[in-house]
Amino acid sequence: MDLEKLHREESGRVLSTLIRLLGDFDLAEEMLQEAYAVALQKWPVEGAPANPRAWLVSTARHKAIDRLRRDRRFETKRDEIARNVESTAQPADDFGDDMFPDDRLRLIFTCSHPALATDAQVALTLHTICGLTTEEISRAFLVSVATMAQRLVRAKRKIRDANIPYRVPAREDLPDRLDAALLVVYLIFNEGYLASTGDALIRRELCAEAIRLARTMCELLPCEAESQALLGLMLLHDSRCDARVSADGEIILLDEQDRALWHSEQIREGTALTESALRGGSKGSYALQASIAALHANAKTARETDWPQIAALYGALLETHPSPVIAVNRAVAVAMARSPEDGLALLDELESRDELSEFHLLPAARADLLRRLGRSAEAADAYRRALALATNDVERRFLRRRLAML
Amino acid sequence: MKYLLLIYGQESDWFNLTPAQTGAMMAEYGKFTEEITSQGKNLGANRLKPVAAATTVRVRDGKRVLTDGPFAETKEQLGGYYLVEAADLDEAVAIAAKIPAVRHGSVEVRPIFAMEQAAST
Repeated sequence: MDLEKLHREESGRVLSTLIRLLGDFDLAEEMLQEAYAVALQKWPVEGAPANPRAWLVSTARHKAIDRLRRDRRFETKRDEIARNVESTAQPADDFGDDMFPDDRLRLIFTCSHPALATDAQVALTLHTICGLTTEEISRAFLVSVATMAQRLVRAKRKIRDANIPYRVPAREDLPDRLDAALLVVYLIFNEGYLASTGDALIRRELCAEAIRLARTMCELLPCEAESQALLGLMLLHDSRCDARVSADGEIILLDEQDRALWHSEQIREGTALTESALRGGSKGSYALQASIAALHANAKTARETDWPQIAALYGALLETHPSPVIAVNRAVAVAMARSPEDGLALLDELESRDELSEFHLLPAARADLLRRLGRSAEAADAYRRALALATNDVERRFLRRRLAML
Repeated sequence: MKYLLLIYGQESDWFNLTPAQTGAMMAEYGKFTEEITSQGKNLGANRLKPVAAATTVRVRDGKRVLTDGPFAETKEQLGGYYLVEAADLDEAVAIAAKIPAVRHGSVEVRPIFAMEQAAST
């Protein structure tokens, strides 16, 4: 029995139940650690129990009862917690895959509660639900371990002091709260997918964790089209993970990627989820983005990409969720669907807006269209402007290579 | 005429006190509270939890927007307060979101310190 693997895979489930029983994040975490310590001693000798998860919950529970008897800190809460712990049915060995599925939902909604700062929501979710250590999360987000530890302590203290409830939101609040929870998942995925600094392995892990979280949410709230759309979107993006970076760590653009390296099973599942979300009435940004990703993923060659459809989807996305990235992507899609001149006209219009003057992808996209039109001098100017604005090393190397190729 | 007395201070000052100093401070608050209560002048008083436990609520275009932390806009001034009973933060926020000022200003939701042991008699 690989205890480390068990910790990663089970701690979220076990912890979510312990938090409900004990009403306290810290106490639950501490008791779970103690239960793991016992497991570490016992299991190698006596063999692992038939249901490790139920064993961990019941061992941590007994540890908690002992602790409550001894510790003065819990004097005022003791009776309430003790009643809670003792009245809850012992998880039997024949519990299926999930002992208390609602507990994980409770934990997801508590960790993504809008009264917590966004970075605290992300850290707390990775720590308590995904079982990542403080060190791992701090490495992924490039902050010191002390800063990350402080962020987690503060978030847990706020939950306790402000009495943020540990429950699935009421039906009328569910759409808003689900949006917040999905946003946390999406931020975790983007952190893993887009940033190119930091530990590459941890970043792959973040994408995998985000996908796992979305899967859990789809299982626990099966009728929510937005969750399906987000899971589909992430699977479609993740399907390209082996093709988007070269062996020496350089960016490979979509049209130059080796499509044989794309994961066809993820594409199949992601496409099916996207279709199901659209049938389920999803009109949100995840469904539109997933539709675009599905069109790319299902094109056999770059040349066969359905650019008119992609341009139309970006147009729809721009109306509901305006952002500089989407505006630039739409212009590029229009350039592919119609002509580089049409794309350039859209980019020119964007460039006249002040708020995009620091946005490096705009001159980068311009440079690429000018290059294709053979207007090399103007393209070189635009590449230089993009280089002056870009901060990411991998992107800067890419822009320099393109500039040198003119 | 009613007056609201707002107590400002640095939280760190309070946290840095020794237990003896805290005890002395609590006794002083207890004495003061008793004095104004016996004069029939105490209409209600509470100690607030630290600002780290605060949540600021706004409603813009009919949508509820929560922010972690205390109200920090210097252009707006404190104009009133409600002391409410709520089961948890969600209920407190739901009540706060119905205060008319929440649509143009902000409402800070600060949990009250439970004081079973002292002072607020």
